[in-house]
Order: sequence, then C-alpha cells, then structure tokens
Amino acid sequence: MQSDGLHFEFAVDGENFASAGTASETIKNTLKKLGLPPATVRRTAIAMYEGEINMVIHAGGGTAVVDITPTAIEIELKDEGPGIADIELAMREGYSTAPEEIRMLGFGAGMGLSNMKKYSDEMKIESEVSKGTRVLLKINI
Amino acid sequence: MKIIDIMNATEAEVLTGEDQLELEVYSACASDMMSDVLAFVKEQAVLITGLVNPQVVRTAEMMDMQCIVFVRGKKPDAETLTLAKKKGLVVLASKLRMYTACGLLFSMGLHGGTINAE
Ligand SMILES: Nc1ncnc2c1ncn2[C@@H]1O[C@H](COP(=O)(O)OP(=O)(O)OP(=O)(O)O)[C@@H](O)[C@H]1O
Ligand SMILES: [Mg+2]
Repeated sequence: MQSDGLHFEFAVDGENFASAGTASETIKNTLKKLGLPPATVRRTAIAMYEGEINMVIHAGGGTAVVDITPTAIEIELKDEGPGIADIELAMREGYSTAPEEIRMLGFGAGMGLSNMKKYSDEMKIESEVSKGTRVLLKINI
Repeated sequence: MKIIDIMNATEAEVLTGEDQLELEVYSACASDMMSDVLAFVKEQAVLITGLVNPQVVRTAEMMDMQCIVFVRGKKPDAETLTLAKKKGLVVLASKLRMYTACGLLFSMGLHGGTINAE
C-alpha cells in the first residue's frame, strides 16, 4: 500500500441489489475528478462494477478496497461467499451459475469475469469453496 | 440524430432529461443483459432495453451513455428514475417491442458503433 496515494474502503451490501454498484460509482467520480483519461476511468469503473455485482449476486456481499497511486489503480474485492470451484471454467464467456431470478434482473450472461479481465491490466482470483473469493484488479495509469 | 428524433420515431414518452432532447447521438446498443452491454466499449450513447431496475442506469453511467430507451411499455420505478435524473441521463419509455424499436432506429441511421479494441 503506497503512502502517496488515495485509499478507499467500501462495505458492499449483499442484501440490497438496488445499491449494488455505488462503490464503483464513487471510484468512477473520484477518477474523473483526478482528471484521468476517460478510457482509463471507464475501464476501471466497468471492471470494478462487474466485481461488485458479482459479490452481491453470488456471494452475499463483501468488501472493496481501492488504492489509487500515481501509476495504477489497484482494487481488491473480497467476500466470504461460496467460493468458485473451477476458476478457469468461471472465466469462460457465457458460463454462469446465476439462477433465473438473477437473470430476470439483467445479470447472469456469464460475461462479468471476462469483462473484468479484458478491462484490467492485471487480474488475479483466489478462491476457496465455502470460504470465499478474493479478486485483485490492477489498471495502469 | 437527436434524442428527440429517437423519441418521435419510437413514439416514446420522456420521463426525465427533457432539457437534453436536442443532444446529438451517433450509436446505440440493445440488450436485456447488462454484462453484454458492458462487454463492448464503443462510443455508443443510447441503451435500448426492456429491463427496468437501477442497475440499468448504473450500466449506462459506467459506459458514459446519455440516453436510455425502455421498450415494451416498461416503466422504471421512482428509485431508478431518481438515479437517472441525478446522473443527468435522458430516459424515454416506448411501447414498441425491442426488435421494432431497434429496426426503426437503425434504418434511420442510428447504428451500433465501432468496437474499440480495448
Ligand atoms: N464473488 C463470487 N463468489 C462466488 N462465485 C462467483 C463470484 N464471482 C463469480 N462467481 C461464479 O463465476 C461465474 C461467472 O461469473 P461472471 O461474472 O463471469 O458471470 P455471471 O455473474 O454469472 O453473469 P454476468 O456477469 O454476465 O452478469 C458466476 O456465475 C459464479 O458461478
Ligand atoms: Mg458477473
């Protein structure tokens, strides 16, 4: 954790679908105010939003920690949900375990993790079944 | 085309953003699945969807879009509309089916936009 940067911590509420994405929104606004290139702001916002939504719909919520340094934006998304048994499979476009009620809300296309990979410069997933999941995203500035 | 042209073509009602109907938009995207929308960063300004919940507004906002067209007669709840207003988005509601709305707008020159290789 660099000292010459901005540090944010968010609790992501797993009970409230409507509020999902507010942490990503805050980060997007912050990056905009910092005057970062629009493409960087958008890439970061989308990647974090997908991760935030995943914690809400798959893991009952979690925490998001964001560090903005002069060279990168680092995002850690951590939950104590069911975990991901096969990460490689989960990363595949179109793979989703989302039930019908989630699909009715517009999620469950199986695109989120691959979007996160696409929009970030580095992505790391650590997960243990019935313990939880930790996703690290890095976007270079 | 202007947002007002979209409104007229789809016989839509404007729910918020009346002051921005003269805004020029050049491309659009249509889906009921938000991650499909988020998958392709293009300079598209209009989101056409039959899904109504606050996440539609968040998705549009993340993508820097300017206008949401709700089709199939779907109307957003107060929370969704308030969020859209806060974000300065134009929200239109049309009774047309998605396919019809897209077909009409496409034929009038509102295309899908070019995908950025990001
Ligand atoms: N935080 C998480 N905890 C547990 N499982 C997860 C988590 N994130 C993703 N998954 C699993 O990985 C799968 C794929 O995730 P991904 O985000 O790509 O698709 P999705 O969330 O199902 O649909 P979409 O993101 O397109 O709305 C999910 O269906 C789920 O099984
Ligand atoms: Mg997802």
